[in-house]
Amino acid sequence: MKKIGVIVFPGTNCDRDVFHVLSEVMHVETEYIWHNRQTLNGFSGLVLPGGFSYGDRLRAGVIAAHSPVIHEVKSMAKDGVPVLGICNGFQILIESGLLPGALVKNERLSFVCKWVDAKVKNATTPFTRLFQKNQKIRMPIAHGEGRYVADSPTIKELRQKDQIVLSFLDENPNGSIESIAAICNLEGNVVGMMPHPERASERVLSPVVNSIDGSIIFRSLMHYLGDTHTR
Amino acid sequence: MSALTTAEFSHLKKSLNRHPTETELQMVAAEWSEHCSYKSSKKYISRLPVLGARIGMDSGFDAGLIELGDDLILTVRIESHNHPSAIEPYGGAATGVGGVVRDILSAGTRPIALMNGLRFGDINGHEPKVNQHTRWLLRNVVRGISDYGNCIGVPTIGGELEFDGSFNNYCLVDVVCIGLSKTNKIIANLADIGDLIFLVGGATGRDGIHGAAFASVGLVHENRSAVQIPDPFLKKILIEAILEASEDRYIKAMKDLGGGGLACCLSETSHNLGKGLDVDLSCVRLREKGMSPSEILISESQERMLLIVGKDDRESLEKIFAKYEIGYSIIGKVCSGHEIKIRYNSEVIADIPAHIVTCAPLLNRKSSRPSYLKRKHATRIASPKNLGSILLDLLRRPNICKRSWIYEQYDSEVGLRTVLKPGEGDSSILRLGNGKYVAMSMDGNSRRCYFDPYQGTLGCISEAVRNVICSGASPVGIIDHLQFGSPENPEVFWTFQQAVSAIKDYCDFFTLPVIGGKVSFYNERNGLPIKPSPVIGAIGLGRNLEKVGRARLDPRCSIFLIGQTKEELGGSEYYLSYHRSDSGNIPKLDLAEDKRNASAVSNSISSGVVNGVHDCSKGGIAVALAELAINGNTGFDIDISLASNTCNRIDSLMFSESNSRYVVATEKPKELIEILRDSRSQVHCNKIGYAVDSSSNDTVQYRGGQQILAKFELNKLRLAYNNSLESMLNDVSK
Repeated sequence: MKKIGVIVFPGTNCDRDVFHVLSEVMHVETEYIWHNRQTLNGFSGLVLPGGFSYGDRLRAGVIAAHSPVIHEVKSMAKDGVPVLGICNGFQILIESGLLPGALVKNERLSFVCKWVDAKVKNATTPFTRLFQKNQKIRMPIAHGEGRYVADSPTIKELRQKDQIVLSFLDENPNGSIESIAAICNLEGNVVGMMPHPERASERVLSPVVNSIDGSIIFRSLMHYLGDTHTR
Repeated sequence: MSALTTAEFSHLKKSLNRHPTETELQMVAAEWSEHCSYKSSKKYISRLPVLGARIGMDSGFDAGLIELGDDLILTVRIESHNHPSAIEPYGGAATGVGGVVRDILSAGTRPIALMNGLRFGDINGHEPKVNQHTRWLLRNVVRGISDYGNCIGVPTIGGELEFDGSFNNYCLVDVVCIGLSKTNKIIANLADIGDLIFLVGGATGRDGIHGAAFASVGLVHENRSAVQIPDPFLKKILIEAILEASEDRYIKAMKDLGGGGLACCLSETSHNLGKGLDVDLSCVRLREKGMSPSEILISESQERMLLIVGKDDRESLEKIFAKYEIGYSIIGKVCSGHEIKIRYNSEVIADIPAHIVTCAPLLNRKSSRPSYLKRKHATRIASPKNLGSILLDLLRRPNICKRSWIYEQYDSEVGLRTVLKPGEGDSSILRLGNGKYVAMSMDGNSRRCYFDPYQGTLGCISEAVRNVICSGASPVGIIDHLQFGSPENPEVFWTFQQAVSAIKDYCDFFTLPVIGGKVSFYNERNGLPIKPSPVIGAIGLGRNLEKVGRARLDPRCSIFLIGQTKEELGGSEYYLSYHRSDSGNIPKLDLAEDKRNASAVSNSISSGVVNGVHDCSKGGIAVALAELAINGNTGFDIDISLASNTCNRIDSLMFSESNSRYVVATEKPKELIEILRDSRSQVHCNKIGYAVDSSSNDTVQYRGGQQILAKFELNKLRLAYNNSLESMLNDVSK
């Protein structure tokens, strides 16, 4: 049986939501991992959920990136274990150096919470493999610092190496370069995204469109981990 | 600032049988402030029906508790932070959220949602300075709520907003928090002699000194040091630590530190527990040096909780605090007797029976009917021809236009409970996890309450309840926040009494409990009172998540209007904003009709024949229909003269704000009529038109018989409605 770890920092606030979706909706064994754990054994995948680790002090994600658990996250990432960072988790992955670039304050300088359309640009990562390339999906965002920026060589490389995983469609809600909504590392096993898939995994919580595209992110992971019944 | 009146001082001396010490005087002054003691209002609000709910200080909880069945208990609390927000909007609003969250946490329940009711002065009036100040207040209040609520991971699921000149250079910031818990996890609030008193969370500093007293006089001077400093990150880990400790049952009793700081918290805790407390202030963790014992006692520093803990659980509790790296100190213990004994470095500086501190002498305030009500304005209202452009204008009005600029700054979904999000329905809906849901709505209407506080308040309650009905839930209780000017002004006090009578009459008629409430007086700026501003929250319980009422129009629907439209446009947006006239009667509520209509709509929704539903409020039928069309992205064609009415004029019919009305859209008109007939009640219900097929046609058309009153491309309505608030905020030329 595969086990997924949900990493919790002081101030993380989507941990219970991700845990709920993994354990109650996906029926996967899930365990919370407190930020000061030095060793992680027996996890097939890791999720860094959203929230405000350390209250976004200094800047979002930077303090959490120096937590003891990050050592283990880095070494597991290096070994090819799938790691997903959502929202603040994405910010932490960037601050840890696992993903390139930076996430800065939204162009409008205010927090934005709404459902948006996005396009799947890379459907080969462990978290997107059950999507079609260029598929239009719908998920909510909720962030104040989600505007993805990087220097042009980095952006060019992201484009060339197929590391842009999702991009916003129609409306760019935070001013990200190239409307970037999610990226991955070169190997594809580490993915960071601003949208919240856990909020788009149950029909009852979706606005009228009844989208549960978020659940496909988690299903993709289960599929990747060898649970071929997951479709 | 915090001094007692001469009469109160003699009362205190008589009760004590001696002179109070300096410290005792500080404690009593904080607790006897209007803010903490309700000394003007208690006699009246104690008459409100409570029914099965557990509320108020007598239950030992700061929040109201109501059983939802299935072993679930809901806690609700409403608070305001008006004075602080008016001078320091960011910190004032943020700490307002912080305070109400602590009240929910004190019961051992997890905060699951926040709402807010905001009132500001003119934003597009004639005085650029006022508009500018309103914009500054609004931006920063919203940012304060957003930064705090988002960080602590409690979704802000909705609210309400009103602009009126009586709030110029001032604002009202009301915050509601809802908590949820298993019934058996509620804190018992019992203590034994020898139990330890923990003070946990933030360190104590000099912020918020005299905050309660500051809120108990009119706002004249801007006393910024009386405003507390928010720390949402600390609050977030405090919530998790407290809930973990509560889950493991290490907490025997708990109270948050709010207005009046330790002074009020200790005396109320002692009073509730019926036990003495022995506390040494030198044990309190301080943020700054050189604080006097009195400052420590009345500081309102944020993010602090007081816990009563059995000696045997001390180590286990300390482990939890260590895990979350939260500071705490053990400041004393529970002892026999009923006295609060306060030491500072072992010198006793106060030794006073708790009940003397907590039982402020109540006041008899004078009341008289305001003289402004005697003036009769019988101005003639012109009959305009351009109803279409009036409708567009109303959709842009600050009191009607879309609020997405505000609610998109709030995380409304964290926690995975929010089924109906802001803007999707008349209420916000939270799933409970057992297939059922809670619906919640807040409403206020200061302008109506100014013209008739009794009928105005009835209208607010009716609207809040209608909104809950529209979501498909049945109301289980209301909360109220009564905000007025100085109670020392008899005319203000009369309006307060009228509002309380209205709540009592409504709740008695509907057998609804008042689950919680708050009174806030002294809402004045430079001696001028605000308009009477009761804000009502209605809470409903829904049993079927598959049948939730949404405020949207779908293609292929027939459109019905339930309820009767009357010639009562006093205080309406149409009269006040368009005609700039304060003449006319304000809508009167017929309680029996209100109940009949509500149950007719409830039955229709639960029978599954309703596609979309929306109550008629500001802007009347015309605006309600426009909102449905915009939300559903579907046009319509209606004949407004088919609506049951007693209006003399067609513009009245379009824009009257009569109570108890609903617009219902259905793909199954026959079934709907059948259900309404079955309910055997005499409900006014008329089909007034139908939705158009959006693929071929997206126009909205209002007719009066054969005459076209207004006709638009839907997109034109949408632009007017959606973009107005943001453009008012960005238009610095006004």
